[in-house]
Amino acid sequence: MSTPAETVVAEQITTKNRLVHRLTHFLQYHWRKLVLLVPFVWLLLFFLAPFFFVLKISFAEYTLKSPPYTDLIQWADEGVMQIRIVVDNFAYLWEDDLYVNTYLSSIKISTISTILCLLVGYPMAYAIVRSSHTVKHILLMLVILPFWTSFLLRVYAWMGLLNDQGLINDILTWMGFEPLRMMYTHFAVYVGIVYTYVPFMILPLYANMEKLDWTLLEAAADLGARPMTTFFTVTLPMTLPGIIAGSLLVFIPATGEFVIPDLLGGGNVLMIGRVLYNEFHQNIDWPVASAVAIALLLVLVIPMMLYQHIQAKEVEVK
Amino acid sequence: MNGRLSTFLITSVCFVIAFLYIPIFMLIVYSFNYSKLVPVWGGFSVRWYEKLFFDSPEIWEAVVLSLKIATVNASFATILGTLAGLALVRFGHFRGRTLFTGMISAPLVMPEVITGLSLLLLFIWLQNSIGWPNERGFTTITIAHITFSMAYVAVIIQSRLAGMAQDLEEAAQDLGAKPLRVLIDITLPLLAPGMLAGWLLSFTLSLDDLVIASFVTGPGATTLPILIYSRVRLGLRPDINALATIIIIVVAIGVLLAAWIMFRQQKQRALELKMSEET
Repeated sequence: MSTPAETVVAEQITTKNRLVHRLTHFLQYHWRKLVLLVPFVWLLLFFLAPFFFVLKISFAEYTLKSPPYTDLIQWADEGVMQIRIVVDNFAYLWEDDLYVNTYLSSIKISTISTILCLLVGYPMAYAIVRSSHTVKHILLMLVILPFWTSFLLRVYAWMGLLNDQGLINDILTWMGFEPLRMMYTHFAVYVGIVYTYVPFMILPLYANMEKLDWTLLEAAADLGARPMTTFFTVTLPMTLPGIIAGSLLVFIPATGEFVIPDLLGGGNVLMIGRVLYNEFHQNIDWPVASAVAIALLLVLVIPMMLYQHIQAKEVEVK
Repeated sequence: MNGRLSTFLITSVCFVIAFLYIPIFMLIVYSFNYSKLVPVWGGFSVRWYEKLFFDSPEIWEAVVLSLKIATVNASFATILGTLAGLALVRFGHFRGRTLFTGMISAPLVMPEVITGLSLLLLFIWLQNSIGWPNERGFTTITIAHITFSMAYVAVIIQSRLAGMAQDLEEAAQDLGAKPLRVLIDITLPLLAPGMLAGWLLSFTLSLDDLVIASFVTGPGATTLPILIYSRVRLGLRPDINALATIIIIVVAIGVLLAAWIMFRQQKQRALELKMSEET
């Protein structure tokens, strides 16, 4: 005969066994759901849901309370629910020249930077593809290596070079030229953006060019096409998917860039990312900061969807 | 493919390499400058390294915090990103697939200021309604980092899975292994190199992030990029040059080592393949 205590222990063991059994059974049949649900729920919670807060607060009013915005849903005395949606923030953005100019200036800066990246990156990607096996690996490594080192420190490195007393001005004075004011100018921001984003242009271009049939170039040459004609009628159209992917990968993040205009452009260069950051951290005006974020998204939604479309097609082809 | 390049191409390659490396090289050179004014050369010295190692406890605190966040982030992001990649490549069609694809690839191109702002607003709302997270810092930064890092891992895993031959998995299935067994015993080990690459990438992305962390952090939690940024926005600082030099050297050694190991493995595999074909 077992003592009551032993029975209790035995019962506990069987319950535990049953639990373990149920768990394995559950895993055996429902693991697919788990594989999908865990990342799905994470993204719903920490990626999608937060946007609704930005949207909500962009329609709220600024107050001195903490948190500094009004609720959209308010309860009047008789228990009647009132929904207050304020479009003042967007009207403010539209009417204030500073914001309109900032938008235009951001788009202009990121467009020009994208073109510069393309001009610098295209010959580089082409050279990598046409190199011999060993050289190809070394060049690819050299392009990727800066990508792994800190982005912030790479921008900081340019603060030293572009400084009034920096290396570039030293060389200019040594050669007998007048020193230039480069820090806190648009020029500095272009250099910074091209410097940090050019690998994002080179790598998609390389990936695209690597798959191409280069004998077509020889065919064009054999048929009497001059190098320039071959380039514009054969090479450029063939590499267009790479150009589009690379350009989007530079244009999208460059438009919302904060660190580069802040460190290299100072107050002279207007960019949305910096305005959003300052509106939030210095003016503590959350509703306006949220409205700026929504407006920035509206500018970028088409390029972002285009990129996703290309990305999805890429995976399908594989 | 021929190995000869035109003069134009060679010039542009030299230009790009110089453009990429001269700033980093100068940053390192000036870390050995005696002068307190970074751009003015005042003779060789290691005094900024001494200051960094013996007189800057706040920098080391930030380093430790950043490394902790990066490690936890990389581990969670690798798990979540691998699951997401598996679901997208191997599950065919399921309800919400379009939404899922959108959510997993959007963080790759989303401007950081928007991700940072939106997550902060979520954290504040959560704190006011359920009392969690009770303070912003380690937890909130890690959650934010996992959210964008898992997207990168998912891309790596997706391309690995898409390029992987399925014959081993099919063989196991034919021999009677249940799908979960196949996943654990065959698919995951085959994915291990991709998962490692994803882990390393997530680790680096987290160590590098300034914008998102500065939105979702709270008082008292200063990561290394936040600390560096708060110092350099006021101008050049020789001790930051010294810190940058150490970081760049550590990263360069790490990346080159990883590349070398991968290169050797590839060579080894090619050799084994050749030998098995010969016998």
